[in-house]
Amino acid sequence: MQPLVKITALTKQFGHLTAVDHLSFSVEPASVYGFLGQNGAGKSTTIRMLTGLIMPSSGEIEIFGLSLAKHKKEILKQIGAVIEKPDVYQYLSAYDNLQLFARLSGIRPTRVSLMDQLAQVGLADRAKDKVAGFSQGMKQRLGIAIALVHQPQLIILDEPTNGLDPQGIADIRHLIIHLRTELKKTVIVSSHLLSEIEQVATQLLIIHKGKKVKEGNASELFDPAQTVVQLSTEQNETAWAVLQASSWQPYLQRITPEGIILKVDRRQIPALHQSLVHLQIPLISLQPRHSLEDYFLQVTTPGYVDTLSN
Amino acid sequence: MKKISLICLSCMLVAGIQAQDMTPLVQKVRAKIEQVKDYVAVGTMKTDVSFIKAPIGKVKVYFKKPDLFSIKKEGGISLLPKGGVSINMSSLMATTSFVALSAGEAVVDGIKTRVVKLLPMNENSEVILTTLYIQEATLLVLKAVTSTRENGTYEMTMQYGAYQQYGLPDKVIFSFNTKDYKLPKGITLEFEEDTKPLTEAEKIKNRKGRVEINYSSYTINQGLTDAVFKK
Amino acid sequence: MWTLFQIEVYKIFRRPRTYIAFAAITGLIGIIQFGLKLDGAQYVEFMMRDITSSITIEGNILNGYQVCYIVLQVLLVHVPLLIALVAADMISGEANMGTLRLLLTKPISRDAFLVAKFMATMVYTLLLLIWLAILALFLNMLIFGTDDLFLLKSSYVVLLRENDIFWRYCGAFAFAALAMSTVAALGFLLSLFANNSIGPIVATMSIIVFLTILSTLNIPLFSYVKPYLFTTHMIGWKEFFDIKVNASNEALSGTIQHPMRIVQSALVLLAHIVLFLLISIWVFRKKDILS
Repeated sequence: MQPLVKITALTKQFGHLTAVDHLSFSVEPASVYGFLGQNGAGKSTTIRMLTGLIMPSSGEIEIFGLSLAKHKKEILKQIGAVIEKPDVYQYLSAYDNLQLFARLSGIRPTRVSLMDQLAQVGLADRAKDKVAGFSQGMKQRLGIAIALVHQPQLIILDEPTNGLDPQGIADIRHLIIHLRTELKKTVIVSSHLLSEIEQVATQLLIIHKGKKVKEGNASELFDPAQTVVQLSTEQNETAWAVLQASSWQPYLQRITPEGIILKVDRRQIPALHQSLVHLQIPLISLQPRHSLEDYFLQVTTPGYVDTLSN
Repeated sequence: MKKISLICLSCMLVAGIQAQDMTPLVQKVRAKIEQVKDYVAVGTMKTDVSFIKAPIGKVKVYFKKPDLFSIKKEGGISLLPKGGVSINMSSLMATTSFVALSAGEAVVDGIKTRVVKLLPMNENSEVILTTLYIQEATLLVLKAVTSTRENGTYEMTMQYGAYQQYGLPDKVIFSFNTKDYKLPKGITLEFEEDTKPLTEAEKIKNRKGRVEINYSSYTINQGLTDAVFKK
Repeated sequence: MWTLFQIEVYKIFRRPRTYIAFAAITGLIGIIQFGLKLDGAQYVEFMMRDITSSITIEGNILNGYQVCYIVLQVLLVHVPLLIALVAADMISGEANMGTLRLLLTKPISRDAFLVAKFMATMVYTLLLLIWLAILALFLNMLIFGTDDLFLLKSSYVVLLRENDIFWRYCGAFAFAALAMSTVAALGFLLSLFANNSIGPIVATMSIIVFLTILSTLNIPLFSYVKPYLFTTHMIGWKEFFDIKVNASNEALSGTIQHPMRIVQSALVLLAHIVLFLLISIWVFRKKDILS
């Protein structure tokens, strides 16, 4: 299958700073492409280049099989985007904003279709209210309505959960899943939090300092056989010795001041817990996490202590 | 020789007598003018002052004996020499107490005239001296030069036509001295040096202003109320 | 393009900021009208004190045409500041609000977007001047009536006949529109370089004030640069109120003393507008939207 988005050696320099450095990746149709990286990793710059806001210094962007540099207008017709904060005209109502951006997207929607769109994001009853009085969550929902009003094939959401409450975050998550599974849309979503993306992304890309760190299918990256477990006990040294002598010896990774690190299959965790009780190791905590998370934190957090002992 | 001397002497005597008193001539001129009790005249007025750019305008001139005089422009703005235009032939001669002295003869516009100096008897009079150039045959004043206390010297030149039997001119030219005019650019908010280009003629008569009135018709002695002279 | 233009005009007139300038003009003219209606005679006397030493001026000097001239003389120096308020906000304001990035992810060409915005700015400028004309000319004609116009220039005075004035005002307002459009174009250009509106607004105002001072100062050194400053040409509207005279110093109705000056100034201003617009397009094409 031809990728919907194909990025080749994309580079952006701001003076001496290289914000994006020879980045290449591709996005399959009807997938959710998670774009992970710390603040300042180059996510936003990449996304802005994808939407034509920033001109690449070098490299190629192909969307729908067309070069963005040459066919910007045709490509943007099929893209809906919320970049950073969903800023709209404060002095206009939700309805007026939606109508204005719909017209700019090249469609002339009816009143019914606009109200329908607002209803889908739960803003129908606030349609005539000025956006100035809206909460962050309402603005975000309006931003999404604007991104979707012209029924684009590709939806780009840059940090869509910023500033949202837990309910808002959950709403966005459901929306993304709905877009992919029900409407067969392709979604590119960026975040600096893995926890937000891991539940929705079918593909993941981690970038750091403008460079690709890791890319892959979510099921591969979240391989349950690669689950890392951190044990914390009353006496870690004693526990380490006891485990060395047990059947868990092959899974032991290393001992850190915080605890003992093991790499096991997720399904083995209950058995591990039983063994610990059986071996009379006084357990304080047992934290499973998949390798990606540590990996992500390791590459993206300055001064992060590597708890993995690869 | 004796005969010649006699003629000369009598000429000098005649001249001497005339020099001492021109009152009869002035009275005759005055009598002619006084036929007109009032008039309304229609004409055009041109203001010719080096620092004024004004178009020719239509004016109505009102006069009523003894000295009511007014130039009105229908709704427009008129620029007149200060105090000057109220001086007209009738008002010049309105006063009866003056001394009229001959000052010889002169030619005005190719016409020989008698020059008469008119001195008001009243010491507080605004007019100090008026010189009249009178065409004796027609009893018309062709030129008048008036010196005033406050407003300098004016010169009036008159040309007569259809209304000369009433002593009313077809054309009057007032000449008067003007002061320099200059406003700082800060007030007028102008950036560029913008002096009005002077014609050669203007350069010569620099600081001399002129107001020219051409009368096209007079309505004489039809009765006028004083109200028209009130501002 | 037409849709873009409509949307931009719509946006301008939905913003409260737009009406500040209209309100300011209304207020200022109202104050001038009130003052002149109340105390006009004294003002005229003060204004004419130099000339009345040798000339008596009779007639209704303080008529609608005169009041309009006074208003224009005072206001046209300040209207640029009001225009900067909107023009210098056109792009920077969108950047500040964050709407610029949303706009530019829509399928519209940057050139078309910029030109539409520019045209909308011009519409605003024109409407502001039309509003000025309504208040300063038509309203004053109603309140003070019409009559001849007597104007004091720095080295001479001009008297214009009542029937020879209206067309001059039409010309003056058209010229003022061009002058104000130049200011708008400058503000518009500067609005590209910032992500907040204050910077470009202040920069535009500062440039106008600075150049106007240079244009006004009668220092020989500056007289060399004066002809190249667009602010020098912005007062070209006054040329409409100068009249030609013939050899016998008689003003000729329907004439202008220096028609070529008007043409020249208009061309200089037009060249500035085109230049500012072209630079704007060029800058905007390459601009990275980081707001």
